Amino acid sequence: MSIIPILAVIVQFAPLVGFAVALFWGKRMGEPRASFVPVAMMGVSALASIPLLAGVLSGHGGLFTVEWINSGAISINIGYMLDNYSAVMTATVAIVAFLIHLYSIGYMHGDPRFGRFFAYLNLFAFSMLGLVTASNFMQLFIFWELVGLCSYLLIGFWYEKKSASDAGIKAFITTRTGDVGFMLGIFLLFALTGSMDYDKIFHAVEGGAIGPTLITAAALLLFCGAIGKSAQIPLQVWLPDAMEGPTPVSALIHAATMVCAGVYMIARVFPIFEAAPTALFVVAIVGGTTALLAATIALVQIDIKRVLAYSTVSQLGYMILALGVGNPVAAFFHLVTHAFFKSLLFLGSGSMIHGTGTQDIREMGGLAPKMKTTTWTFVVGALALAGVPPLAGFFSKDEILGSVSDYGHWWLIVCGFLTALLTAFYMFRAIYISYAGKPRTAGAEHAHESPPVMTIPLIVLAVFSVTAGWIFFVPGGFGAFSGLSVFLHHEHGINVGAMGASVILALSGIFIATIIYLWKWVDNEQLYKIFRPVAFVLERKYFFDDVYHGLLVPGFVLFSRFWGAFDLWVIDGIVNLSAFMTVLVSRFEGWFDLAIVDGVVNLLGWITRTFGAGFRKLQTGYVQEYIIILGVGAVAVILAALAIL
Amino acid sequence: MTITPAHFIGLAFIIFAIGFLVVVVRKNAIAILMGVELMLNAVNLILLAFNRIHGTMELDGQVFAIFVIAVAAAEAVVGLALILAVYRSLGTVSIDDLSALKG
Repeated sequence: MSIIPILAVIVQFAPLVGFAVALFWGKRMGEPRASFVPVAMMGVSALASIPLLAGVLSGHGGLFTVEWINSGAISINIGYMLDNYSAVMTATVAIVAFLIHLYSIGYMHGDPRFGRFFAYLNLFAFSMLGLVTASNFMQLFIFWELVGLCSYLLIGFWYEKKSASDAGIKAFITTRTGDVGFMLGIFLLFALTGSMDYDKIFHAVEGGAIGPTLITAAALLLFCGAIGKSAQIPLQVWLPDAMEGPTPVSALIHAATMVCAGVYMIARVFPIFEAAPTALFVVAIVGGTTALLAATIALVQIDIKRVLAYSTVSQLGYMILALGVGNPVAAFFHLVTHAFFKSLLFLGSGSMIHGTGTQDIREMGGLAPKMKTTTWTFVVGALALAGVPPLAGFFSKDEILGSVSDYGHWWLIVCGFLTALLTAFYMFRAIYISYAGKPRTAGAEHAHESPPVMTIPLIVLAVFSVTAGWIFFVPGGFGAFSGLSVFLHHEHGINVGAMGASVILALSGIFIATIIYLWKWVDNEQLYKIFRPVAFVLERKYFFDDVYHGLLVPGFVLFSRFWGAFDLWVIDGIVNLSAFMTVLVSRFEGWFDLAIVDGVVNLLGWITRTFGAGFRKLQTGYVQEYIIILGVGAVAVILAALAIL
Repeated sequence: MTITPAHFIGLAFIIFAIGFLVVVVRKNAIAILMGVELMLNAVNLILLAFNRIHGTMELDGQVFAIFVIAVAAAEAVVGLALILAVYRSLGTVSIDDLSALKG
């Protein structure tokens, strides 16, 4: 037996051990001891993921499965699919999750449910690692839902706050909406191929065993799951609200887990999508539109975490767009680089919040001299996100924009390039408002740098954010590295035009932000007044939440009420009626029993008794009477005998 | 007039009838027992008479009569003992008072 699956088991199950320990003994151990086992376990997982990645990259990966359920008609395997793709993702998830765990020791300092927090974090990492390494849809779906559960638990971690518990529920229900489609997609594929295993389904798809309509339907249904999980339009509403959770959770959700699941899943099952061009086009449109809309909303956010949240939605839109235009390599490349710089940005924002006690960028200002490490790592993250060379985001974003240009649909090109401009702009707007200028509140005045346990992960992630993109220079590029290049039908090469345009757009975005917010050549208030109607639309987030809360939610409530009433009156009525009928029938049967059945029995008894009473008279007890009868009888017998003879 | 076996049989009938009447009519248990003895003896007489009628050298009837006498003796012993026991426990030997088995 190869060591690779053993490593995979260690990588995945070490966090589960941490989860159990922190869950059962976390409270007793108290702070900070409750964090030791979970963080150590996550460290073990991250460490083990490196030899796992190395082993798989050197060609020792493969499919490791054992039979799980076999009931004749249904046979479901369980196991690991360890190819370059899942190994790269596993390592990314494990390393980022470990750094976030480390950071949380500082960030969650003094929280009454310190141990519980680490338990949830561990469970989250465990679920995501399981999702990444799954070898079939069944396994994928189980961990997919576990990830959803963990996000619910962590977003609503401070459940005393109503907005937090609401956000948790919202995230759960919104993603569940998409999951319904996802589940149907899995069922459809299972019905069509009789298997849950990826390889068998891919084989069936590539063999043309499934008609074009059905494969499109299956792909679109699977995409529903990705829409929910990866916060695409129209189910993007949960993600900004997810900011109610503790910041490390936001980092974890946005960087390495949860929202990546959708993108990862589509790239994982890309053969199915590849066979459905219509579905891919829908994917591209949804992704591109999401990227643009989310980026515009991010322009007007004043909460640092919400800026980052919309940035995440926008970047996820990029990834989905890349998938839609048939370049999963670019999507996955961006997913990995994004995991590093977005977790960096979130942890940086957490550090800012930790230092100033507020999330509102207008209440910050002038943080740069007071929080040096946070500042420069945050700027590195922002540059990487904006796509400035030679940082990580540049390479992956260039790949995406290059393939979008090749794809050639005008709307997608507009979305892609405009988003690049907006991304740079809103990131530097946030940076200038919060870090530059003078402190605007007492909190910002007394801001302090975070402890090393929080800044060290920032530095590590900043290094990754700079260097992760350099995989591009590996021979064959990221495609060969991730093993996804098999899906590329023509060599993309370096699209110089797209690359130049994206760099120019990013730099001009930064430049415009500098003019407005740093040099203040343009009066910000004036600008806001001019664009008031636009800003209003953006601040209302394109009215998605209003529509949902104004129409869909009341609609569903009404719908539920109707069926509730239906249940109460009709279903319960039928149940009560049948109960009533049963009582009636029972009454009759009771009467029948008493009168007829018992009557017959009693009659028999009565007959027996009556006869007995009659015959009893014969037994007088006088011996002499018996003897007379005996004598008379004997004489009668003799006479009878004589008569016969 | 010669005395033929028929006469014996007639006598036996008469004795049996008297014995039966005694058994049926008398209330005294001892008298009933005596009636039973009479009936047994009537039967003995018939056995002897038929032995005579058949006229063979075999003495089956006579032997049978001797057995009956023996059994009657035993019966009298048991019957008298019972009557004694009843008298001791109930203070009477009147058959009418011994009706505990009445239905």
